Amino acid sequence: MLITKVKTKEELLPALTGRVLVIPCLGCSQSYFPLEEFNRLKDELKASGANLASEVTFDYMCREDFTERRLEIYREQIEAADTVLVFSCGVGIQTFAGLLPGKKIVSGSDTFYVPGFPGFTPSEHDCEQCGECRMGLTFGICPVTACSKGLLNGQCGGAKDGKCEVDKNMACGWQRIFERMSALKGSDKGLKEGVQVRDYKKSNI
Amino acid sequence: MEEEMKLTDLTRLGKFVVTSEVGPPKGINLDKMLHEAEYIRGRVAAINVTDNQSSVMRMGGLAACKVLKDKGFEPVFQITCRDRNRLALQSDLLSAAMFGIENLLLLTGDHIVLGDHKDAKPVFDLDSVSLAHCVKRLEEGFDLAGNKLDGEAPKFCKGAVVSPCAEPLDPQLFKMEKKIKAGVEFFQTQAVYEPEKFEKFMKRVKEFGVPVYVGIVVLKTVGMAKFMNENVAGIHVPDSLIEELKKDKEKTKSGQTGIEISARLIKDMKGMCQGVHMMPLGWDDKVAKILELAGV
Repeated sequence: MLITKVKTKEELLPALTGRVLVIPCLGCSQSYFPLEEFNRLKDELKASGANLASEVTFDYMCREDFTERRLEIYREQIEAADTVLVFSCGVGIQTFAGLLPGKKIVSGSDTFYVPGFPGFTPSEHDCEQCGECRMGLTFGICPVTACSKGLLNGQCGGAKDGKCEVDKNMACGWQRIFERMSALKGSDKGLKEGVQVRDYKKSNI
Repeated sequence: MEEEMKLTDLTRLGKFVVTSEVGPPKGINLDKMLHEAEYIRGRVAAINVTDNQSSVMRMGGLAACKVLKDKGFEPVFQITCRDRNRLALQSDLLSAAMFGIENLLLLTGDHIVLGDHKDAKPVFDLDSVSLAHCVKRLEEGFDLAGNKLDGEAPKFCKGAVVSPCAEPLDPQLFKMEKKIKAGVEFFQTQAVYEPEKFEKFMKRVKEFGVPVYVGIVVLKTVGMAKFMNENVAGIHVPDSLIEELKKDKEKTKSGQTGIEISARLIKDMKGMCQGVHMMPLGWDDKVAKILELAGV
């Protein structure tokens, strides 16, 4: 699941020069498109003097072949526009902009991170795609995502009543790991031995 | 001379170690911090310098430690993993060694959101355990990537923190053991207000065989005690002490209640551990009196 939010009129107005072509990317089942807010924003922009001259709808903007095809179909509208205002997740915008290097493109949305395997499965569990899964040591609880600091060697001094110092509603990830470990007698050997350090070459930070 | 020794050397010699702490300014003038340090010159074995404590940006501990050392104090360089990656951490460690700064306190660090730069990127490339391991590797003549250091290897006295009154305690003990395995040689604790809990804690860590210096934070007001109970991890001020603070408002306001409580706590716990670490939070002028009353 991807969540996008439309930007504010204040942020967008200065960038919307000349004739603006509005392109929302709708129809991706993984992405929540804030349709009401999008319509409200268009009204606000028009009322503030932006020249929203035309609009065409895309879906699966992230699919380069679909987008390429649509750019052919809508060639006239695109050529007529001074600015193209695109409402899409970050992947869609990059795909679109990559195919139109000579055009002024403005992103109309902010894409927010939602836990669960990015773009696919909404979940309370998260996977940071670190490339070196160590959950065999931590009893199926991911220390990178269940711990606010991503610590690998145990609880920090910030846990209070089993909750994380960053969010009182969030359980301390290392407390959870510890509880699972305690329930399985003699299973602390893996965690006790060795010093764990991240290899950031394996992730995409 | 006592003020030039590593903390663990003092413990080895059978001395009860007393340390205190100061915080660098959010600015470039060290006068206030040095003024605080003067209150305890000769009364403590070393003075900790905090590292962007509570994630509030301040002047760097390395600079402040160097100035303290130049003024004849023995600093303890506190290093957190919140703001620096493994390169910067090793870099600062080598710099510290070059300046002759030997005592370290190795911490993971409070999270960014607790401080005054909430938009900043939290680093946490290493944590207290991997940082301790990293320091040990430097002492062996290698950086964390396995490259040989040029010339002489640094030598440090490596400390870390533990919270004796954390509930539950077991995860803390687990981490403490990992820190020791990684090379930590002494512990300064989070503030303790319950000697009975501390006694239980000390019984459990006796087998680890490393010196523990119990943490003391002077209680200034009822509000402060209640705030810590609500918000600060690992600290619990019992009702009895809150009542004591409430009893005589003038006495508490003058700081006398806080002084008496701290002195009593030290008296009760000094026989259980190898030293005390004072965290005056600005009341540096009262530290000497507390130590005197406590007989340390």
